[in-house]
Amino acid sequence: MTLTGELGAGTDVPAGERVIDVHDLQMRYGTKDVLRGVSFAARRGEVVALLGPNGAGKTTTIEILEGFRMRSAGEVRVLDTDPATGGEHWRARIGVVLQSWRDHGKWRVRELLGHLGRYYAPYATATISRPWPVDDLLATVGLTEHADQRVMRLSGGQRRRLDVAIGIVGRPELLFLDEPTVGFDPAARREFHDLVHRLTDVDDTTILLTTHDLDEAEKLADRIVILGGGRIIADGSADELSRRVAGEAEIRWTRDGQRFVHSAADATRFVRELFRQYGDDIDDLEVRRNSLEDTYMKLVRDLEGGAR
Amino acid sequence: MNVAVFRSGVARGGIELRQSLTTVSDLWTYLFPSILLLGTIFFMRDAHVPGTNFSLGASTLPSTFGMGLAFSGLMTVAQLLMVDREDGTLLRAKATPNGMLGYLIGKVVLVGGMCAIGFLLQLVPGLFIVDGLHVGPTGWLTLLWLVPLAFVATMPLGAVIGSLFESPRNMGLIMLPIIGLVAISGIFYPITAMPGWLQAVAQCSPIYWLGLGMRSVFLPDSLAAVELTHSWRHLATFGVLALWSVLGLTLAPAVLRRMARRESGSAVAARRDRAMASGGR
Repeated sequence: MTLTGELGAGTDVPAGERVIDVHDLQMRYGTKDVLRGVSFAARRGEVVALLGPNGAGKTTTIEILEGFRMRSAGEVRVLDTDPATGGEHWRARIGVVLQSWRDHGKWRVRELLGHLGRYYAPYATATISRPWPVDDLLATVGLTEHADQRVMRLSGGQRRRLDVAIGIVGRPELLFLDEPTVGFDPAARREFHDLVHRLTDVDDTTILLTTHDLDEAEKLADRIVILGGGRIIADGSADELSRRVAGEAEIRWTRDGQRFVHSAADATRFVRELFRQYGDDIDDLEVRRNSLEDTYMKLVRDLEGGAR
Repeated sequence: MNVAVFRSGVARGGIELRQSLTTVSDLWTYLFPSILLLGTIFFMRDAHVPGTNFSLGASTLPSTFGMGLAFSGLMTVAQLLMVDREDGTLLRAKATPNGMLGYLIGKVVLVGGMCAIGFLLQLVPGLFIVDGLHVGPTGWLTLLWLVPLAFVATMPLGAVIGSLFESPRNMGLIMLPIIGLVAISGIFYPITAMPGWLQAVAQCSPIYWLGLGMRSVFLPDSLAAVELTHSWRHLATFGVLALWSVLGLTLAPAVLRRMARRESGSAVAARRDRAMASGGR
């Protein structure tokens, strides 16, 4: 795990297993530096969450990786190809789910998935059959009963699920998800998380996702990369990040019907002391290590404080 | 592989054509111009082409077919491109392997189909309103080169226009000069009655030549007498339309590529935000 922008993140991933390999990526619009030396890697089957405040460079990074935007400097390899020159065969191996699709409103759900799937058929391999059969795909994203509806008649959450379905219709080896669960109700969100697990476990899909939902990042991501001010300010598993950054844990308990809350850097020692003093009087004990959210807030605050 | 892409593109155009025939608002875009034109023809049917006893309505109808071809190639293509860019359809095509090629083939099929349907919606009722239209063997031959050439001369230009303008709300800016060109191109009003310099301007635009070409197909040869230089000028028609084709086909790939290269999620999102800020569509 690293906490400085200077170090590359995920460089412990062996070179041969890197589905995404970004080295010293820089992006400049006019005189404004949006990305100032971003380095990270993702291995096959890994879920990497890209977090960061608005304007941190998340979207720019993901668009460069998708091949939709040219970079100013740095080396980028996505599936062993430079996205800036990736051809149609490369395109067939990646899936993209962006934020603001409103396209194909007049199409029916099944018709659209069937049509877009056709483009992937020539790229099927011995191990990956492309495209994903439409009925199976509809069931996977829970749109079976809406199959014959026009896309414009779908609700926000259904539309989003269709976007995800289109993103995976070509059975991508690498999937980009830009804020995938915005507008989902809790049940739909849970189903979506199950789908992501299925994609990574069964199909060995690598996923790079951006989200503002830290809880979601914690649930889905094997690794979390936090961008701030055009650099990577933290990289590691959710657990590593919360252990390292926020030293203090919160301890709650009741004694004689009264509730107590205390913060301590060494929670284990504090609890041992608590029991030594009060023994059986302690009830409803809870030790809560700082959440990813606390970590994230602290990192971003530090960054903003440092910038000033 | 390319055959597969071509088939996907044709299928795409077919699906979109069917959709346009089952969507009420789209049906209106087919019917509205037809009703308007047929109404005009209806009121013109008893007037005569100056200097002849041929029905003015009957001579206007073929001119409007030419105008319809020009409108389909220029305006429909431009508008579809702008709408598809704004709602993310184009970006979706870009995210799909060979999607852009499939998209463009689909658009050609769609616009060709829409144009043919619009044409039939004017021709069939038109034949009941006016007399004197007739297509001879040479007329059929003319149609065989004129219609494809019309599309090649106008569609790439339409694609260029659609690529240069960001938002479908700018469509008015494009409509205005084109309607101006229609007014001076001898579609509804004989070009011979225009001052010389307007005749010169009109003869630079494909609209005049498409109208003339269509008149040569449907009208008796004696009516060539009321045209400029008293002939149908097939060679000049072919030449001017071919020039526009060369120009369009030279410009369009570069302009389309430039537009496609600029498409990204944030570009679509920014456009959506602007659309919402200006009160949506």
